[in-house]
Amino acid sequence: MDAILTQYIDAYYLRIIILIGINIILALGLNIITGVTGQLSMGHAGFMSIGAYTAAILTMKFGLPFWMALLAGASLAAFFGFLIGIPTLRLEGDYLAMVTIGFAEIIRVFFLNFEPGGKAVGLYGMPQHTTFTIVWVLVIIVILLNAKLLESRTGRAFYAIRENEIAAQASGINTTRFKVLAFTVGSFLGGLGGGLYAHYMSYIAPQDFAFMKSIEILNMVVLGGMGSIPGTILGTIILTIAPEMLRIVADYRLLFYGALLVILMIFRPNGLLGDIRIYDIRKRWFNRGVN
Amino acid sequence: MEILQMEGITLEFGGLRALDSVDLTINAGQIFGIIGPNGAGKTTLFNIITGIYVPVEGTISFRGQDMQGVTAYKAAGLGIGRTFQNIRLFNKLSVIDNVRVGSHAINRSNFISDLLGLPRAWREEKIILARARQLLEMVGLYSKRHEYADNLSYGEQRRLEIARALAMNPALLLLDEPAAGMNSSEKVELMDLIYQIREEFNLTILLVEHDMNLVMQICERIAVLNYGRIIAEGTPDEIKTNEAVISSYLGAQA
Repeated sequence: MDAILTQYIDAYYLRIIILIGINIILALGLNIITGVTGQLSMGHAGFMSIGAYTAAILTMKFGLPFWMALLAGASLAAFFGFLIGIPTLRLEGDYLAMVTIGFAEIIRVFFLNFEPGGKAVGLYGMPQHTTFTIVWVLVIIVILLNAKLLESRTGRAFYAIRENEIAAQASGINTTRFKVLAFTVGSFLGGLGGGLYAHYMSYIAPQDFAFMKSIEILNMVVLGGMGSIPGTILGTIILTIAPEMLRIVADYRLLFYGALLVILMIFRPNGLLGDIRIYDIRKRWFNRGVN
Repeated sequence: MEILQMEGITLEFGGLRALDSVDLTINAGQIFGIIGPNGAGKTTLFNIITGIYVPVEGTISFRGQDMQGVTAYKAAGLGIGRTFQNIRLFNKLSVIDNVRVGSHAINRSNFISDLLGLPRAWREEKIILARARQLLEMVGLYSKRHEYADNLSYGEQRRLEIARALAMNPALLLLDEPAAGMNSSEKVELMDLIYQIREEFNLTILLVEHDMNLVMQICERIAVLNYGRIIAEGTPDEIKTNEAVISSYLGAQA
């Protein structure tokens, strides 16, 4: 499959397609935390780096099979997501955002001084295990499970917390438990994306997971539409391709990127696909499914 | 038989005594009204019953169980449903999803079965959905089930809150100013709905309301709160003629 693709698709485009896939996994993770459950997290790159470093070290230094390393990286990220989820019991909005930024910075500084992770130089020479097939099979699995989850009892509890926490409690939802759960699941996906990223780039360094990376992922969720799976996917595709297209304007790239975001937010303040969820689409277009 | 019993409930906000040793006993199957001027502590009392506030003194027992340490979400699990004075719906969820969230407490599917869509999760989903539809039919919102909750009119939103609270099969339903903002024909419908709910669901209703016509017609017993104290309790006729109530709340009238 991958051999055929490399013959027919330009390596540059293939690279973008693979990065879109990895970014979709990262963004769908953040979507669960911020888009669906409404807990503003600005430290997603922190979870990503935990997954990336863990997986890279496990394949390089311990010779673990790729899938095992991926799973281990994602699980460790999930564990940290669980830990960072605990302060959310007390914090909301801006305060939570600050804690998550701080968390991601601590992780980054940790890796900056982490001997087995190559300190500031980073890790290089990971085998390029991440292929088109692996990424996109995982993307499809993640989308399907995500969609299943969001239209279940658990998913409704997530949305309810975002919409009105007091009413959610009055409906019997243990908001504490579900917030921590959202963080755990979301950071699992962050770690998974990180592991894939490390084994695609073959090189990772602490600065790859700096604050701007978290913002980039957050942009994808916000641009596409908070809480919407199709929206998050669309936002990710646009924001992965946009910087590439903007290479033409060279030095003014970031300027255009910023302007693009501002314009989109003016015309679509709720994100491109607002609150369109997969089961809304099923209902409207195929007239089947839930209700 | 009493379903809810409060003894000596006291709550202070800073120096303000919002509730001052309130004793109240509500019998199962009653429609019980709480009235009183603004700021008398009516909503505060609701918030104590539902575990949002913790009283500094006093005890509450619900169906014989001590409610100490019962937090808001656990109160729902025990069978206390409520609506809010300032409507609190899940605005960006559909009407039917609002009701389905309401059934959270009585369902058991967990993260794994939800994620993988295991049979036990979808069997439960089918029941939840059927019940949500039934409740929406009852409150007359079935045809609007796919609308976002914040697209509903004020009166509809109040009825949706009731449907959501009923989805958890409560034994006690607290209605906080259910008629606020409703016109007179909506109020008549609301009264019918409240009677119907009590008959069909065999529950106890405790309501706070400022519309005296409605309260006097519908409630079997009424308690009057003023400055955090209960100044009178009795049947509507007793309350109407009670001197203390007339002077502090109802006002002298022909």
